[in-house]
Amino acid sequence: MTTSHKEPTEQGYYGKFGGAFIPEMLYPNVEELRQQYLEIMYEPSFQKEFQQLLKDYVGRPTPLFYAERLSKKYNTTIYLKREDLCHTGAHKINNTIGQILVAQRLGKNKIIAETGAGQHGVATATVCALKGIECVVYMGEKDIERQAPNVARMKMLGATVVPAKSGSKTLKDATNEAIRAWINEPKDTHYIIGSVVGPHPYPDMVARFQSVISEEMRAQLKEKTGSELPTHVIACVGGGSNAAGAFYHFIDEPSVKLIAVEAAGHGINSGMSAATTQLGRLGILHGSKSLVMQTADGQVIEPHSISAGLDYPGIGPMHAHLFDSGRGEFLSATDDDAMEAVFECCQLEGIIPALESAHAIAALKQMDLKQTDKIIICLSGRGDKDLATYMHAMEGKDELTQKSRPL
Amino acid sequence: MSRIKDLFNKKNSNVLNVYCTAGFPHLCSTLEVMNALQESGADIIELGMPYSDPLADGEVIQASSGVAIANGMTIEVLFEQLKAMRNEIQIPVILMGYLNPILQYGFERFCKRAKEVGIDGLILPDIPMFEFETEYNEILSHYEVDFIFLVTPETSEERIRKADKLGSGFIYAVSSSSTTGKNKSITEQQPYFERLKSLQLRNPVLVGFGIKDKATFEAACTNTNGAIIGTAYIKALENGQDISSITKAFINGVKG
Ligand SMILES: Cc1ncc(COP(=O)(O)O)c(C=O)c1O
Repeated sequence: MTTSHKEPTEQGYYGKFGGAFIPEMLYPNVEELRQQYLEIMYEPSFQKEFQQLLKDYVGRPTPLFYAERLSKKYNTTIYLKREDLCHTGAHKINNTIGQILVAQRLGKNKIIAETGAGQHGVATATVCALKGIECVVYMGEKDIERQAPNVARMKMLGATVVPAKSGSKTLKDATNEAIRAWINEPKDTHYIIGSVVGPHPYPDMVARFQSVISEEMRAQLKEKTGSELPTHVIACVGGGSNAAGAFYHFIDEPSVKLIAVEAAGHGINSGMSAATTQLGRLGILHGSKSLVMQTADGQVIEPHSISAGLDYPGIGPMHAHLFDSGRGEFLSATDDDAMEAVFECCQLEGIIPALESAHAIAALKQMDLKQTDKIIICLSGRGDKDLATYMHAMEGKDELTQKSRPL
Repeated sequence: MSRIKDLFNKKNSNVLNVYCTAGFPHLCSTLEVMNALQESGADIIELGMPYSDPLADGEVIQASSGVAIANGMTIEVLFEQLKAMRNEIQIPVILMGYLNPILQYGFERFCKRAKEVGIDGLILPDIPMFEFETEYNEILSHYEVDFIFLVTPETSEERIRKADKLGSGFIYAVSSSSTTGKNKSITEQQPYFERLKSLQLRNPVLVGFGIKDKATFEAACTNTNGAIIGTAYIKALENGQDISSITKAFINGVKG
């Protein structure tokens, strides 16, 4: 078994987490991908097209922004990695650009995807429009209701949005439906998973596509401070793709603390939470062995988070291993903590963050920060999609929107 | 000799394996359904252990699993229900399910209990061959529980031979690449069944997915040792009251 936190074994294991627990019906597709993904990804013509699209289409590199007022408030130095400025509004597109190019090289002519908040669905619909490839997105019925603008976006981009009506009707079930759809139509279809979850090689492939985030962080921090290494990198974790990307090139730097922030929902022990490392046990979900929130009988539990993108009862195997080995530090933020952090970021920095990303900002309050620390927060997405939730939160809560916030 | 081997020694064509979800339609109907199946002439009973996220199953079996979980079915409850089943049930009984609940129960503990109550085989579609060889094979053979592998029309000959070598009981030939309950044509799959037949595997072959009536059962049995019916039987149970008469009518309809 590997001791690497960054790269899995040939069978997809990070420590004791990972693997490919899939029915035989999916074996040919997953095996084809496993045998070819690295070769395809690192082929010069692939890299050329990928880098070009990241630059001209996604808008990379995204800025590393010194957050002066936030730094002052916490009496330390804080940078925001502005993934919210990516085309479509979140880091998700780094992965979908990569995977659509892989799908093309595998000769696939149809794409399926799952989505929670709709960010991954929009990012997938976008690259499918870009390449003229058919796109079907599975989305929980409950999420279709709470993320209406993203449903409209996907439809405008030409995707078919299929409501997942099974189980709890959220991200977990959308993922089940996407996998079932793949089983029923495996030949010419590629499944673009939206996070570092699923059977091997998905977690590794998605982490590699997202690793551009930390690659840029290093270069940008060096330019700004003369050193490539921050003291802390903070990212929110649903399945864990923005965190995997933000951690990737720092994993082998022991001086850099990797802080993953999960959604505590109403509180870890409230029965309404999505903090998988705190509440989960070793299990199997969506084709990989990892930590899973489940009953004593092994039925998967429906999690809760105010943010649809973090409302997931599992976590990528790479993160389970970071947690298990202690290399990563796992914190959590409640719905209320996150909402407070949304408005803090708005009023101190003039940036409206996604609810998911606000969980990362909310971690600042829990940390023992030194003035000499250099912290990078991965601001994984922008808050446009959450506007209805924010409008609702402001009703009758003047304290959230006090005009001036003296420091 | 194992009950499954014994069965195929006596009967090597038109073997009928019927799937039902444990704890469906009612928590306590498991044994009633099994008795009805045996009396009506089913050759093998495949009991589904309900799981919240059954990836290989279509809507009908998913829904029955949801009902069974809500009814309170768990592995522990199931073994309790099956404790005395061998006083009544003589035909082979296999358990079908997903790995996660079994891992929580403890894989070895599960195999031990399964053997104790008289379970003959196990179908867990999400255990891939690699994991089977490294983690589970030894435990299963220790407790003499057959492990049944799935193959599909896309499975290579090399892999089919490996499934045949590693697995025991029978080979589960998925009729076409799909989840359960989809109606892709069985007749169009004859070349695939003929190919399986020509491989002269050591294990018998049963066809599953999409078998629902006399015509599809006969088509599936033409080049194989038998077939497995699941979704159609669950639907029949959903629509009726008296388990015994529904089952009799259903099996008669299939065997004709
Ligand atoms: C802005 C944003 N951040 C984070 C996430 C969570 O995903 P991951 O943990 O894979 O980064 C999502 C998911 O929808 C998202 O939209």
